Amino acid sequence: MTVRGILAGLMTGFLFGLGLCLSGMTSPAVVQGFLDIGGAWNPALVFVMAGGVAVTFLGYHFLVPKSRPLWGSAYVLPAATRIDTPLLAGAAIFGVGWGLAGYCPGPAVVSLASGRPSVFVFVLSMAAGMILVRWMRGPSRASMAPRAAEDNI
Amino acid sequence: MHPFLLAVIGGVLIGISAVLLMTLSGRIAGISGIVGGLLPPAPAPDRSWRLAFILGLVAAPAGLRVLTGDALIGPPTAGIPALVAAGLLVGIGTALGSGCTSGHGICGVSRLSSRSIVAVLVFIATGMVTVFVTRHLIGA
Repeated sequence: MTVRGILAGLMTGFLFGLGLCLSGMTSPAVVQGFLDIGGAWNPALVFVMAGGVAVTFLGYHFLVPKSRPLWGSAYVLPAATRIDTPLLAGAAIFGVGWGLAGYCPGPAVVSLASGRPSVFVFVLSMAAGMILVRWMRGPSRASMAPRAAEDNI
Repeated sequence: MHPFLLAVIGGVLIGISAVLLMTLSGRIAGISGIVGGLLPPAPAPDRSWRLAFILGLVAAPAGLRVLTGDALIGPPTAGIPALVAAGLLVGIGTALGSGCTSGHGICGVSRLSSRSIVAVLVFIATGMVTVFVTRHLIGA
């Protein structure tokens, strides 16, 4: 699985990065333009989400093998199903940071390729925030659980 | 090409990537989760495909530059103090909320996960409030 896993990671990461760049999401001004309903609203992100969700929804439901992934033994999917306080608080906090800088994790990582020091500052701060939560939560809780068969991907 | 058409094409590429990663490796294409699994304490045991995915992400602009002559990466709009604060909030928020725009927004919504649909509505709402406050109440 490892070599094929690495190949799958490289391919899908590259495709994902291409998509983010082409769609304008690697420009914080475009993202903040979408969030700026009180100003010159830029709906670009709606088109990205529509294209992305349409393809992913259809692919997940009709293309992904039912028993197990082609190059793996099991699907690894979120274990949680309840809408709880960490989900709501986390999403709310994420949104504030997203609005402040116009970066979510994907576009920020892709933008490292520009070599701009300020993007590195953002990504390092983001990693620090993730480490803080992981450290406070402790090692006990597994957030993802392997599933032999996808009941509902 | 019109930016909105490019946005749809970009979204379709993101969708193909998400479907491919699920089909081949059985994984959710959620960037915050993929990055988080590499970080201490207790990094995930499966670090190689995560690093490969990130390598692919960072290589994409170079590929685009070869194809079109432009990597299409815009400049940051915020200063360093705001970028530090925003980075911390994005890191804390996505770790606590188990996902970001990709994991919840693309993959979770496509799985019709109620957690993801709620998360997306919440982070778009607080993002909009934040931009409104910083641009129209505080900012010039």
